[in-house]
Parts: sequence; structure tokens; C-alpha cells
Amino acid sequence: MASLITPLLSVAPTRALVDEKFKVRVKNLPAGLPFTLHSLHLSEDNDYWEAFGHYISNYNGTVCVSEHLSLGGTYTGKEPMGLLWSLRPVPGSRKGLRLRKKNVSSPLLYTISVYSGHLTEGFRDQAPLASVVTERWYMAPGVQRISIKENIVRGTMFLPPGPGPFPGLLDMWGGGGGLVEYRAAILASHGYAAFALEYINPGEMATAELEIEYFETAFNIVKDHPRVIPNKVGIFGLSFGATVAFYLASESNVVKPRCCVCINGHTIFSRGKSFAEQSGEMLRNAHLIRIDEDDNHMWRNLFLSRDNTLDMEKINCPVLLVCGEDDQNVPSVEIADDIERTMHAAGKGHLLTRINYPGAGHLIEVPYAPHFRVTAFMQSRTQKIMMLWGGQTKPHSDAQEDSWKKILDYLEHHLFSSPSLESKL
Amino acid sequence: PGRWFSRGIGRFFKSCRSVLLSVHPSRALVDEKFKVLVQNASPGAELTVHSHLLSEDKHNWEAFGHYICDSTGSVNCKSLTMYFSPVQFSLFYWRARHMLRKSNVETPLEVTVSVYQGHLTEGFPEHRALAAVLVERWYMAPGVQRIPVTEHNLTATLFLPPGPGPFPAVLDLWGGGGNLVEYRSSLLASHGFAALALDYLTNDLTITTGKMMKNDYFETAYKFLEQHPQIVGSRIAMWGLSLGTAMTLKMAAYSKVMKLRCAVCYSGSHIQPVNGSTEEILNNFLKNQDKTRINEKQEVIWHDMGRVQCPLLLVVGQDDQNWPAFVSAMDIKKMMEKAGNIHLLTLLVYPDTGHLIEPPYSPHTRASTFRSFENTSLWGGQTVGHARAQEDSWRKSLMFLREHLYGRRKKSNL
Repeated sequence: MASLITPLLSVAPTRALVDEKFKVRVKNLPAGLPFTLHSLHLSEDNDYWEAFGHYISNYNGTVCVSEHLSLGGTYTGKEPMGLLWSLRPVPGSRKGLRLRKKNVSSPLLYTISVYSGHLTEGFRDQAPLASVVTERWYMAPGVQRISIKENIVRGTMFLPPGPGPFPGLLDMWGGGGGLVEYRAAILASHGYAAFALEYINPGEMATAELEIEYFETAFNIVKDHPRVIPNKVGIFGLSFGATVAFYLASESNVVKPRCCVCINGHTIFSRGKSFAEQSGEMLRNAHLIRIDEDDNHMWRNLFLSRDNTLDMEKINCPVLLVCGEDDQNVPSVEIADDIERTMHAAGKGHLLTRINYPGAGHLIEVPYAPHFRVTAFMQSRTQKIMMLWGGQTKPHSDAQEDSWKKILDYLEHHLFSSPSLESKL
Repeated sequence: PGRWFSRGIGRFFKSCRSVLLSVHPSRALVDEKFKVLVQNASPGAELTVHSHLLSEDKHNWEAFGHYICDSTGSVNCKSLTMYFSPVQFSLFYWRARHMLRKSNVETPLEVTVSVYQGHLTEGFPEHRALAAVLVERWYMAPGVQRIPVTEHNLTATLFLPPGPGPFPAVLDLWGGGGNLVEYRSSLLASHGFAALALDYLTNDLTITTGKMMKNDYFETAYKFLEQHPQIVGSRIAMWGLSLGTAMTLKMAAYSKVMKLRCAVCYSGSHIQPVNGSTEEILNNFLKNQDKTRINEKQEVIWHDMGRVQCPLLLVVGQDDQNWPAFVSAMDIKKMMEKAGNIHLLTLLVYPDTGHLIEPPYSPHTRASTFRSFENTSLWGGQTVGHARAQEDSWRKSLMFLREHLYGRRKKSNL
């Protein structure tokens, strides 16, 4: 029985949306005590992820992470959210892990702890001085999740709370495939009816029977939804999802997006060929794929060709381009330069907004998500490779935080207000 | 679920704007504030921000405030605390005729916050909201454990904060309403204190034996905490409300078993039989319920608060119509001055405040039904003053507990 007194550790708010900041405070320590703040997360795949920062308590035994400096660990400096964005698999984990939540109806749980001393390992062998649990949610209270299976189109619609009607978004991820819901869920938490579209299974990029009509139908599912404002539907795409957005905005006679947010997309597209044929062709250019000393695949040179690209001068809606300058999967900056030149030449430069992020890689995601430089990728249903996405953790995390703010402002401007850009359907 | 679904919304082509309503944080503890922001309305527009809650016992609670948008079409309800916001032209208040009590503390209160066009005062369900969001208010932080306790014939619930501990603890006593009221304990655990909510009026032993609990029941609860492996036995406090305060003051003054580190007493009195049981206290109270002032010529024993050896925080409402809490507090002060332990007393007296001083942002109940009484009891207090008292006293009580239960004492009473 001790007269030992535990430090007072608090995280506020204890429950938050994934893109909200929190304040981590420690009180009641002895003055000048070196200690480690540690965060631990157990993923749905049963892998442990951790992050930690080294601190020294001040004269009254307190530390506030948003005001004080981390002197070492997985992040350094004044980083209020470092315990989240610098998360990485614990030592001894499988290689190429990516942290993606499948069940968005439940929160991500993080255990934040205080350990004595400046530790870099062995956290599981020591009892912490104090621990708290914090919840991070993709879905705000009241957001509805609705499974969609209309004809062949599959996905999940997220509706914000309230009477509506709401502006809409078609949300698409890249060629990795599968149904990824979390970005659409957080977009709905910001007031958009967002449709997370599933269009291929992992590994099927080169074989799926996929035509552009699939995406046009998906867009119309959003546009025609009774709680969606039909002339306020935009597209949000990452990687190949951005390419689809470029196509719909420039070539489609069926759909007219109000605006597009495109992250690290390419513009390669051969008319008359299906997506599978085009992907198959590209992947056969094996000599353009570079493999680094760790056996990681770098695909960026596959997309440098100027032949068979979309006619970006035909775009008629505002487009926001977000580019990671260290993207090793898609030559995002070169492609954006090209798009910019083309659109300016056609007198459409005013429609384009682009932001380049130095040190950011391909997978620019929701803020405070960990940075994934290399992860396992199914090139075909049986062939797994290690894909180099690029980016350095700190600048990549800054890019995620900054781009998300800019993206939300952009969407709000184009989908919630802007009477001057009324388009006639 | 939402009332808007039932009105058959067809396509609604609003001219160019959709009003944006956001509440931050959308999930919070019940004692945390939230901010409401309305954007994208017309400049100068009149708006009503409305909140609605359907309680566990199926009563409707609401509050609202009237606002006028600024030139950017925005309203920033800074520090909107759901009960009152001193903005020009507006006043938030709760309309309540029943007590808002939550028995299941593991699930949140769900409050719908909506914005309506114009300055409405009633008939909200018949109007279409411009926008609405759902806000969750939680009594338990993530990681807090809820553990029912039945050892040693106790009827109680222990709440442990997350983490390895060990933690200081609070023995939590509610008032004459009985039942096991857990939400103050669950909130205390959310703030780092192990807390034991103890039922002493409608507990199993009382019901089976028909006898009211004596002092040893409380001492058993104290010993349970003292011996718990995750609790620091030398750092136990007691927190009472109303009748619970009577028990707390008695233990602080006389118990040889309890070595309280400090005590928090809300809206109670020190006027009791010294060696009597809970039954006698209640009977004494019941005998005098029609009297609102203490008559010194009556045959009552006044506890000797000069015997208290631990820091004491007394919280009373000047408009308490139920217990003579204010008069009692003045008397306690006099006693402690005389005995030379006045330095242990912190007294918080709140104007326009009634009897039921609860955790903040609870709707103020001016009148409600109370168990065993036939007529409606008048609890007293004006809404605004009372709400402020809840907010202020809660914050000060937590600080008081932190100082005495987590602080490093220069001299120890161990």
C-alpha cells in the first residue's frame, strides 16, 4: 500500500473525430522529471502500432504537449498531434503494414501512457505511471451508413444528420481496390452526402471488366438521391480515383460534377480500351518499373508518357489538384504541370487550383493518420509486391493536415455556397 | 431516428445556400462545454438555435436561444452551455417538470441541436429545421470501468479510472431520493478519481431487513475502498449531497474508522442526532419539513464541527427551499472559528441557487416530485443563477479534490 501518487494524465477531448486536435497534459509529476509519452493502438488486424515522445516536466511538474517540445522519440519538437501521426508498427511486426479501419461505426482506440525516463523500446515490459484511453471517430453522431447495391454498382453512402438536402460527393480510392469507407464517413461528418464507391477487388486492376459507365452510374446514384442537391455533387479521388475524376470532368456527356478534388492522379487514358486493357498494357512496361535496394517497387515512370492522355482542356468545372512532391507511385507534380499548361492554353486556368507538398508521398490521407512509405500491394490476385509510395513522415503528415483543411474549405466554397457558379443542368 | 424523417421531405431546391451548423465537440463528457457555429445563413437573419433531448424515461427536454446573424451570415454561440447564453435578444432556458436523471451511465445522452429560421418560442416539431446535428453527452470517459459492488452487504457501484493506478478515491453519497445514482461517480472517475456510489436508503440490506443503515454501513464502504489494491488508502474523500451531506459531516466529525483526506458537502446540514441512524435523521427532517428556518429553541443536536480534522468544502444555495443549508453553513463556520479549525473550511455560497446542485449543464429543476412526499417539493433557485452555481461549484470541487487527493502535502496526517 503506497502513498505513491500517480501523475494526472488527460487527453481532451477524450472522444473526437479523427480530424480534430486534442490536448495532452500531464500534471503532478516531480519537477524536472524526464518521461516518455506513449500511444498504443491495436488494429483490426491485431497489429500493434505505437508512437512516443520524450519530455521533461517543468518547474511545477506539468507538461502540455501542444506547448512543450518533444526531445526525442518518433516525433520531435512542438507537435500537439505527434502521438497519432508518427504512429508506426511496433518492432517485430510484419512488413508492409497499412493502417486502415474497415468498421467505421466504431472508434479507433488509443491508449496514451506516461512512462518514467526516456524510453525507446520495451514499453510492454514496464508498467506506465498513468494511462488514459481516447476514442477517434470517423462518423459524427447522427451520420447514417447505408449499404448500396444498385444493379452492379456497389458501395456505401454516408448521410449527414439533419433534414438536408445536402451537397454530394462521389468518393473514390485507387487501384488497390476494395471498399474503403472511412474518408466518405468523415466527409459526411462535415455535411456532405458521400458515397464510397467500390469498383474493383484487390489485385484485379488489370483484369476487371470495368467501363466508364460504371462510374457515371455511381455519380448519378448520388445526384438522384432524395436527400442530395442534384446540382451540387462533386468528386473526390485519390490516385486512380483522381484519374476517374479527370475522365468524368472532361469526357463524360452523362455527368457534370460541380467540382473535383484530385490527389496524386495520372491522366493516362486510351480511348476505346477498357480499364483492364489499359492497366494490363501499362504493367507490361516492366522495364519502366524500378525496384530499389529493399525490393520496393517504384511505379512513377509508368505514368510519364504523354501519349494517350485525357484532354484536360475539355474540363468545365473547378478542379483542386493536391500533389505530393515525393510521390514515387505517380509523377504527380509532372502531371500537374502538364494539366496546368493544357488548361491555361485553353483559357481554363481559372478553374484550376493546385497545391504541391514538398516531402509528401502518394498516400495523402486524412490528418493525423500515420504515414505509409512502403506497404504491401496486390499487383494481381496472387502476386504481392512492396509498393514504394514515398514521402518523409513529418512533411507528409503536415501535408495531410494542411491539405485536408484546404480541401474542406474548397468543398464548402463550391458545394455549400458560391451562387456565382450556378450551373444549368 | 429523427423527427425530420416523418415529415416526408421531397426535393427542396433551396436557392443557393445550405445553412451549415456545427457543434464542437460532438461527443463530450456532460461537464464539458461545446461551441455551436452557424454559417452560411443570410446576413442579419433571425435564427433560433434549439436543443432537444428525449430522456430515458421518455420525457422531452428542450432549450433554445434567439440570435441574429452577423454580416457574414454567421452566428458563433461562444461557450454555448445548453442552458444559458447571454447574447443580446436571447435567453436559453430549460423547461422541465421532471428530474433529468440517467440511470444507465454507460451510454450517452443524445441531444439534437437544430437551427430554425426566425425567432421561435414554441411548436418546434411543426417547423422544418434549416439544419440539425446530433451531439452525444457522456457520463463516462473511455477506459473507465464500472464495477457493481455487493461485498460485505454493500449496495454500491465502483468506478475506476483507466490506467494502472493506484488512485485516490471518493465515497459518493446522494440525497434522500434513494436508489443508486451513479453519474456523479462515473464523472469523477472520468477525472481520475476512483469513486464509489453508495446506496444507503434503498440498498438491499435496508430492503431485506427493513432497518435503515447505521454508521457502520458507511464505515464498511470506507474500508472497502481503503483495502482496494487500486486505491490509495490514505487518500479517500467523501462527497455528499443533501442527506448525503448530513452523513458526510457526521463521519468527518466523529468516525474513528474513517480518516478522510477531505470532504465535499453540497446543500446539507449538520443538524442531526449524534449517535442516531439514517432513519432518525430522515424522521427528524420529516418532522421539520414544514419549517424553513432552524429554531434554536427546538430539541435538536447540532454536530460539533469543531471536531473536523480534514479540509471541508461546503457548497450551499441561498435559495435552497428544501434544507436549511445556508443557515447551517453559517453555524458551521461559527463553530469552526471558535474551535480554531476554520482554516480547514472553504465555503461557497451561491445566490439565486436552490437545493439540487448537480454536475453542470444539467437542466435545473425548480419543482419536481420527490419520493415519499405527496406534494410537489419546491427545490428553489432561479435558472440562470443555479446553472452558474453548478458550473462554478463543480469546477471548484474538482480543483479542491485534486489539491487534497493528488497534491503533495507538506505535513502528513497519516
